[in-house]
Amino acid sequence: MQVQFDILRSDRQTKEQYVQSILYECADDSETVATALTKINADSAVRDLHGNPVSAIAWECSCLQKKCGACAMLIDGRPRLACDAMLKEFRKKHISLSPLKKFPVVCDLIVDRSILYENLKVIGVWLKKEAERSEKHDDMAYEGSRCLQCGCCLEVCPNFYAGGSFAGMSAFVPTARLLSELPDTQKKELFEAYRAHIYEGCGKSLACRKICPAGIDIDGLLVNSNAMAVWKRVKR
Amino acid sequence: MERINIIGAGLAGLSAAITLARGGVGCNLISLQHSERAQSVLAEGGINAALDTMGQQDTFWEHYKDTMTGGGQLADADAVYGLTKHAPDIVRWLTALGVPFHMEQGRLILRNFGGQKKKRTAYAKSSTGKMIVSALIDEARKYEAAGVIERYPHHEFIRLLVDGENGKKSCKGVRIRDTYSGELYDFSGMVILASGGMNGIFPGMTTGTVQNSGDVTATVFAQGVTLSNLEMLQYHPTTIGISGKRCLVTEAARGEGGRLYILRDGAPWYFMEEKYPELKNLMPRDVVSREMYFAARREDCGGQVYLDMTGLSDEIWKKKLSDLREELRRYLGIDPAKEPIPVEPGIHYFMGGIDVDVYHRTNIQNLYAAGECTSQYHGANRLGGNSMLGAIYGGKVAAEHIMSAAGAYFPKEMQKTGAAPAGNSDASERIAVMTDGKAPVLCTVSAEPLTEEASPDFIMRLSKILSDGLGIVRSGQRLQKALYDVQEVEAEAKNLREKNRTALAGAMLRSAMMRTESRGAHYREDYPEKDETLRKKLTASCQEGTVSLNFRQLCDEPEATANDCDLQ
Ligand SMILES: Cc1cc2nc3c(=O)[nH]c(=O)nc-3n(C[C@H](O)[C@H](O)[C@H](O)COP(=O)(O)OP(=O)(O)OC[C@H]3O[C@@H](n4cnc5c(N)ncnc54)[C@H](O)[C@@H]3O)c2cc1C
Ligand code: SF4
Ligand code: SF4
Ligand code: FES
Repeated sequence: MQVQFDILRSDRQTKEQYVQSILYECADDSETVATALTKINADSAVRDLHGNPVSAIAWECSCLQKKCGACAMLIDGRPRLACDAMLKEFRKKHISLSPLKKFPVVCDLIVDRSILYENLKVIGVWLKKEAERSEKHDDMAYEGSRCLQCGCCLEVCPNFYAGGSFAGMSAFVPTARLLSELPDTQKKELFEAYRAHIYEGCGKSLACRKICPAGIDIDGLLVNSNAMAVWKRVKR
Repeated sequence: MERINIIGAGLAGLSAAITLARGGVGCNLISLQHSERAQSVLAEGGINAALDTMGQQDTFWEHYKDTMTGGGQLADADAVYGLTKHAPDIVRWLTALGVPFHMEQGRLILRNFGGQKKKRTAYAKSSTGKMIVSALIDEARKYEAAGVIERYPHHEFIRLLVDGENGKKSCKGVRIRDTYSGELYDFSGMVILASGGMNGIFPGMTTGTVQNSGDVTATVFAQGVTLSNLEMLQYHPTTIGISGKRCLVTEAARGEGGRLYILRDGAPWYFMEEKYPELKNLMPRDVVSREMYFAARREDCGGQVYLDMTGLSDEIWKKKLSDLREELRRYLGIDPAKEPIPVEPGIHYFMGGIDVDVYHRTNIQNLYAAGECTSQYHGANRLGGNSMLGAIYGGKVAAEHIMSAAGAYFPKEMQKTGAAPAGNSDASERIAVMTDGKAPVLCTVSAEPLTEEASPDFIMRLSKILSDGLGIVRSGQRLQKALYDVQEVEAEAKNLREKNRTALAGAMLRSAMMRTESRGAHYREDYPEKDETLRKKLTASCQEGTVSLNFRQLCDEPEATANDCDLQ
């Protein structure tokens, strides 16, 4: 099977972008976009459609089994994990690869996702007191610990932009873990941050839910968090 | 006190950083990628501690003994003693940080894991590593916000800054490269290496991340850091091939009742159950992998080993192994609840690595190491569930020793019991004491040869040679051939990283050659028996390009005191 990749590349220094097209011969059915990028980079003889040599394509990867979020990029315009995108899924044998758009491009398919971590700091996502486990909320704690910080959700979110006060789902998921585990008396501050940086900015369209490669139960987490937040208001 | 430089932000690095931060000591947490992307998130099955919540009268002494036995009596006894003794405190600390370990009616549930006679493994479905890493990331963030932990993600270790002659070398700092800008920086101060296993030496053949290239270990080896137990590679018995790597089928699958079989004369033969009636499918990993190897080569057998999980209840699938089921469905197109799955052994863990003492010091002054990059707790074979424990405990011990040696804050209760501090005492008052470290210096060297990476072709050639020599079953002849091939490749090494990798590869092969016995993961068909005179640690060191190997006497086993045998 042959696939044509159209890759939006960019220069590390000038940031100038250009598209490079490469024909790729896929060896077996289980190959993913990640396999293809690895093999293209390992093959010094690769030429693009115009016969030019292909310098190493910069992209990030780590686990190769959709558990670390490193390899998120736009694949045919959709934010996805390269290691989870099997080539056999693509009916037209013509696949475009480009860096996520909501983050500054570093080089080729690598973007700087620092904003993800900055937002978690702004909200103050850490425990101030010992966690209070309750089996009732265990599922929420588990689900809230699963976020890959890949950034795919931010990419599709109509309300998220870097520098805005809305922190997006990638910040909400870890926040939900804390909400499920903090003693009630300790939740106030976190609720306030939750309201300001997540609840108020979110349009609840759940586009993020559909795109999340980890399949995190975002709506479930939202329902639970909102229920806790409302309860808190009544109690106060 | 100057900021401590930690290389690696997996469990070992996070644990070291948090421990330092709690003591008011600042650190630079340097890693190629963020913690969410470290191999530690892949750990599935769980973490061991003799918490004795299952009514089996478990004690840490038994954990100690199982670890030593599983490791072929080659682990450092004093270190394993500390590890197993403090394991319950580590798990309690993680619980206080909110790790959602499986609980029922307020009781922590422990599961069976290979090589252990009692239920001792705490877990959170099949994503235990991810759960623990998430909790530690949040905890570290608290100190990041306060400026105590300074993160440097997307920064690559280039080399140590070392002073002094052989035997008296001292670490002055570390040179790193910002992989986004390409700039080099020199950080002064002590260094803790927490850079994970050497997966990159065996590309495509391990269950771990491609991020851990092995270059850190290869580089520090060339710089004079002693390594040990390099011949000890763990082959995990149950992996499946997916694109670009081996994918682990967690040991918990067998812990919960999964059975290995092969077709013998057309009928399923449960070879593990027949040969090992006590631990059955849960024998230590080296034994299982080897039995699979031999079974697959028998003439009356079908060649392919299967893992049968069809007998597991819906409840177990749902509560404990949901992720695994989904993964197998996706990658193999098989529902493991309905059909057995074909499995093969794959490289899973490096028991060997940087040689450290009980305080996690290396042979170079002011240089520490912790986590999978080290060699210490697991001897000739690691028990499942012991490596996350070793990474967290090791990072903590290294950090504590640095603080105690420097006279910094050192909580009393830790001194006494070695306990991980429970809960989250408010750190803010203590912060600010010792975070006045110098800013990193933009490095002005015109040429740093180590920035040039090993070429993919070279890496593939080397890994082929190594895997031929260092398979599940080894022989002097095959090792000799591999060593010969390595010399050939060495002559073609084009840059320093390629040279360093070759030196490391040569040391691995020579270690396997010198260990003329079978012990733990190291099995020689020409020496199939254990040789008690070789119950010694095999160390490798490199001085001015010359590698020397030595057998070193192991420390004595600690005596069990009456107290140790008490229930925890
Ligand atoms: C699939 C799988 C399942 C496992 N299951 C279990 C289990 O159930 N129980 C258990 O106890 N253990 C398990 N393990 C083993 C365990 O996960 C690891 O041994 C442990 O997490 C290692 O932690 P670490 O901190 O030493 O290294 P890692 O988590 O690998 O972290 C290494 C760090 O070093 C950094 N680094 C690497 N190279 C460089 C460089 N050149 N420059 C800068 N930084 C660098 C990386 O960015 C990373 O931050 C499993 C392992 C795998 C692969
Ligand atoms: S629900 Fe909509 S607005 Fe809210 S985070 Fe998801 S995509 Fe953004
Ligand atoms: S919520 Fe999902 S899509 Fe968003 S960062 Fe986390 S894992 Fe990625
Ligand atoms: S490489 Fe980890 S998610 Fe793709």
